[in-house]
Amino acid sequence: MAKNGPFYFHTRQNLIYLTGRKAKNLKELLDGIKEAPSSSIYYHTHHYLQQHEYLSPEPPNDFAYWIKNVYQENVLAERLASMDLRTFNRLRDIRLRLIEIIQEVINSEGFADRNVPEGMEFHFMKAQTFIFPTKIQANNLLEFKESLAKVSLNSIYFHMFESRLRLESDLCDFSIWLRDSLGEDKLAKEFSSLDPYTHTLESLRSKIIKLITKRIEEAANVNN
Amino acid sequence: MLTIRDYEPVVGADVIDELELFAGRLSGKVIQNINSTAVGGGVAEILIRMIPLLKDIGVDARWDVIKGDEKFFQVTKKMHNALHGSKVNFSKEEIEIFIETNKMNAASMDLMGDIMFIHDPQPIGLVEKKVKDQKWIWRCHIDFSRPDEFTWNFLKNYIEKYNISIFSAPSFARQLVIPQVLISPSIDPLSDKNRNLPQETIDRVLEQFNIDKNRPIVTQISRFDYLKDPVGVVKAYHQVKKYIDCQLVLAGGGATDDPEGEKVLAEVQEAVGGDKDIFLLLLPPASDIEINALQRASSVVLQKSLREGFGLTVAEALWKSKPVIAGAVGGIPLQITNKYSGLLTNTIEGTAFALKQLLQNPDYAKRLGENGHEQIKKNYLITRHLKDYLLLFLSLDHQGENIVNL
Repeated sequence: MAKNGPFYFHTRQNLIYLTGRKAKNLKELLDGIKEAPSSSIYYHTHHYLQQHEYLSPEPPNDFAYWIKNVYQENVLAERLASMDLRTFNRLRDIRLRLIEIIQEVINSEGFADRNVPEGMEFHFMKAQTFIFPTKIQANNLLEFKESLAKVSLNSIYFHMFESRLRLESDLCDFSIWLRDSLGEDKLAKEFSSLDPYTHTLESLRSKIIKLITKRIEEAANVNN
Repeated sequence: MLTIRDYEPVVGADVIDELELFAGRLSGKVIQNINSTAVGGGVAEILIRMIPLLKDIGVDARWDVIKGDEKFFQVTKKMHNALHGSKVNFSKEEIEIFIETNKMNAASMDLMGDIMFIHDPQPIGLVEKKVKDQKWIWRCHIDFSRPDEFTWNFLKNYIEKYNISIFSAPSFARQLVIPQVLISPSIDPLSDKNRNLPQETIDRVLEQFNIDKNRPIVTQISRFDYLKDPVGVVKAYHQVKKYIDCQLVLAGGGATDDPEGEKVLAEVQEAVGGDKDIFLLLLPPASDIEINALQRASSVVLQKSLREGFGLTVAEALWKSKPVIAGAVGGIPLQITNKYSGLLTNTIEGTAFALKQLLQNPDYAKRLGENGHEQIKKNYLITRHLKDYLLLFLSLDHQGENIVNL
């Protein structure tokens, strides 16, 4: 995204790969998390956001879901489910935190690992991400607001979630453009303080459109 | 003939726009699908719907069918059973028939696609004719979780000559030297089995079978097969019936040529006893409207499978916003996230308990059904299937890249 240029909306889609690796107990799950490619960590911590975007509250990440519903270790599942993903800008940090939490349980006194029934194993998968430019672009706040109303949820997801992991930054694509191209520092900050992980994508869309509308109205009042 | 824009009111214009965007990147490529039958069977059903839609969004998709005699199809049927886990022995002659039929087809067919898309084991050997610059995909539509070892090793020699393989559920994944992609099957929201029906049609179907529309209806649509546990369904219903005045519908294809099917049906009939509120319906083929109506008339839909391929009947029921209780096997856990978009159970008692819960808490049941509908809309409609195929075709030029900028 060129500084001072328009905002070009992109969209993205994932193709899911099976790795053939599975875990039947907690130690195997931990080994898998340690050795899986980062595209696998990404997939298992993020795909629920899109596949279950209509749900609020949405189910947690795959690791937490498997530990709760199959391995049936509720306390550990709760800790993994409530990991604050907003505070991580790098997949390797998400991986390290997952390892830390699970390792703590495995090292705890009296821990006895067990195998889940055959057919209920955790299957490691990974995602290949395709990024496509769309024809939609915005030159100012009003166009930005109108564009946000019509782009796909995939596009919003790409610019709000994936950009932070891609850029390893606290700021998403929207915040960076608002700050650098429009000088909208306050709005950029408001965008970056949103926790996108606790919204459905559609409610996130409404929320950011509201923030922009408010800013447009403020600017109009000042000019009047 | 349906066009891609017919799906816009169902999935939204943004989804269709994106499909066209992805398809635009495939211009100039010929995608040649090959399977073993033009009509009948799940694979042909998918291709009949998929090929015109691919063409409609500008992809040059074609479809050819291999030829084989009765002996060949006896061998492939045996192979199919072996992949499902049956222990079978192949004679040298049977293996020869398989190899020779594939060779004969490879010699007589024009395998000209830039991307060769081969479905299931029957035509798998065509890959021997792969030429440089061609990309070959092998799509497995079969439950592959416990294949017979000999059959698996025999096929693996072919599979690993492909560029990429596709499986329908994570549990079907194997250790292979080529990449394995997960692409789940899908349902068509505009087909007779899934489209909206007027209330009069639903009422007419209920009347046809003497089912009372004023009392709760619990339904399982499936073949009379041990793996679908119809006897377990009847037992679960009996436990619930003590407390709730409901009806049970078990509807599936008649299996007069299948000795096991008859045996299962006899056992179900015995379990039913004289209960007039249980309806065992042996539906003829082409009963899509009836199945659709029965699902839509149901308060709860069951799919108490003990083993399952993908289990598209679950997707069909969820699409109709029905609360579903199902066994956590095969592709079912992909479709149902327990307690969010349905209930997963493992036992007769668990199924009975879940059934009581849903029949007595209609608000909870409604919420599960609504979430289930959204889950299918987002992930298991034919438009998602198309999207996955388009990405798969694009991926062939980007193997090993985690992020592909197009």
